[in-house]
Amino acid sequence: MSSETKKILTTDGIPLEESLKKSERKNKIKAFLLVAPLLFFLLITYVFPIGEMLFRSIDDRMVSKMLPKTYVAMEKWDGKELPSEEVFEAFYLDYKILVENKTAGKLSTQLNYEKNGFKSVLKKLARKQKKFTEGNYKEQIMAVHKRWRDVDYWRAIKRRAPEYSYSKYLKGIDMYENEDGNIVQVSEDRRIHRILWTRTLEVAFFVTVFCFLMAYPIAYLLATLPMKYSNLLMICVLLPFWTSLLVRTASWMILLQQQGIVNDFFVFTGLVADDNRPEMMYNKTGTYVAMTQILLPFMVLPLYSVMKTISPSLMRAGKSLGGTPFVTFFKIYFPLTIPGIGAGCLLVFILAIGYYITPALVGGASGTLISNQIAFHMKSTLDWSFASAMGLMLLAGVLAVYWVYNKLVGIDNIKLG
Amino acid sequence: MALPKYTETRYRIWHYIYLSICTFVFFFLIAPLFVIFPLSFNAEEFLVFSDGMKRLDPDAFSLRWYQDMIYGTKNPWGLAAKNSFIIAIFATLGSVLLGTVAALGLSSRYMPFKGIIMAALISPMIVPLIISGVAIFFFMAKVGLAATHTGIILAHIVLGTPFVVITVTATLSGFDHSVTRAAASLGSTPVNTFMKITLPLILPGVISGGLFAFVTSFDEVVVVLFLAGLDNTTIPVQMWTGLREQLSPTILAVATCLIILSTLILVTAELLRRRSERIRGINR
Repeated sequence: MSSETKKILTTDGIPLEESLKKSERKNKIKAFLLVAPLLFFLLITYVFPIGEMLFRSIDDRMVSKMLPKTYVAMEKWDGKELPSEEVFEAFYLDYKILVENKTAGKLSTQLNYEKNGFKSVLKKLARKQKKFTEGNYKEQIMAVHKRWRDVDYWRAIKRRAPEYSYSKYLKGIDMYENEDGNIVQVSEDRRIHRILWTRTLEVAFFVTVFCFLMAYPIAYLLATLPMKYSNLLMICVLLPFWTSLLVRTASWMILLQQQGIVNDFFVFTGLVADDNRPEMMYNKTGTYVAMTQILLPFMVLPLYSVMKTISPSLMRAGKSLGGTPFVTFFKIYFPLTIPGIGAGCLLVFILAIGYYITPALVGGASGTLISNQIAFHMKSTLDWSFASAMGLMLLAGVLAVYWVYNKLVGIDNIKLG
Repeated sequence: MALPKYTETRYRIWHYIYLSICTFVFFFLIAPLFVIFPLSFNAEEFLVFSDGMKRLDPDAFSLRWYQDMIYGTKNPWGLAAKNSFIIAIFATLGSVLLGTVAALGLSSRYMPFKGIIMAALISPMIVPLIISGVAIFFFMAKVGLAATHTGIILAHIVLGTPFVVITVTATLSGFDHSVTRAAASLGSTPVNTFMKITLPLILPGVISGGLFAFVTSFDEVVVVLFLAGLDNTTIPVQMWTGLREQLSPTILAVATCLIILSTLILVTAELLRRRSERIRGINR
């Protein structure tokens, strides 16, 4: 007997297996179509824009677009000695157009990033070149300022020739490509970004630790108390959770100010002298205190939902077998809560590492984090490609933690409220 | 938690230390919110308790900051409140619609690549707001929606949907699919089944997701700071500006109103959660 006759057929005469597959495919498409609107919406308004940030962060065509002739002429230049008359002439022509179009300022800003001192010499050139006579531009430009006789400045222009560069990423970790093409660190007094990165990690780490230390006891209490008491206490956790972030930050600003209640209390108890009230806001202390209180509910809720599932009889069994309360707690209860600890710590860490509002308001200069630096470049210096690069570096870190979270906890296990 | 009579003294002491730690933490969580309350009735301009307030002198209290909030000259709060509510309501509607439909698909056991898609849909909740803000700002500026209500609403839909997806999938995880099959076998169309059977059962989850989306939008400041022009200012943006420049007691009056609002939302959310648990309990 051949195997074909064994196949089970449906009433339509199609093999059952095939028919089943067909209907499953139909169901798959149906399920996907339901998700599709949101997926496409997010792709367009969210995922692609983040991709555009990536493009923006490496896009370096601004200078090469402004100086097209110069870069063509520079192709033959080896960069060892001063460039030839040809390059000088091309540069003169390019720059003349920029001055006429009133876009020369952009160029000087860009070149000044590359080498300090460009701004003033370009300005001077813009004034003087009106009187330039035709021919021998090399001599005429070099006569304007001695920096034009310095080959380093021409090398700096040449460095901006590539259309794409990772220089913004290097800048984000306080490094740069020097004249010889080596990647080196910036001088010690200008290493601001590395300080910010370490501070961000440090703050996120300690806020996570503080949250854990404070959340664990109360989550345990909430999980073991009878319902009617725990529901009441739960409000203490949920009310801050639902309250506006700015309201909570404002209340910390009131509490921590020098004439504030916390300082009043310290003076009252005699811990500090009235004329020597400590500064608790606009520094790291303020950031720590406010962020811990604000993120605490995000630690309590996952811990609570795990602790709720642990049967109290396990502790009783441990005690009845002769374990002291401490031993039973650390040998039995604590290991069972580790999934909750993982979930809570990762969540708080992820949220803390990208915090912006609270550090900006109570952090002062010594308590600001990397997010504040990104906002600063977006709003004040308008160096959007650098802001994008920094943002993506931060995003990479966050996504790494998110990936770990997804592996350990599973994203669908996030609990809210 | 009463201790049994046979508890040894050292554990008794430890127990009381533990309880006082818990008290401290609860105090730390809730007390800051209550500072705002009395200070918003301060008759003076300073953000400290005046001597009069400490003596409970009635003259030291006043409603002047509430008056200033509502009737003050050139005050931005009326416009901000109007914008905040418009943006939050539309953002909530959008989030609930997109999020609920997506959650229905995600809860189907036939859904392909469930893990990855879920992780992608939740990501706006995880990605730092500053990054979302920068990315969305570039996008909105490009399509010409920067400094418009529409732009901010779309941005808030992005930020709000993860909450709806999470709460609705959680509600659907306890959902008994045999009821929809029963409806289908009785001749109901899929849309009719959804409206008459599925939706009423998952409604608590949908509403609580909607509340999250509403609060997210109502409280969101980072993205709005990038997107908003002068006409789109919202309550959080005004508070942010106020807190940066000078802390005026008017902000505390606004904050008090916001705390009352969040209390109402909390109560609603809690009632919904209990109702949802009850409905799901019946299903089991």
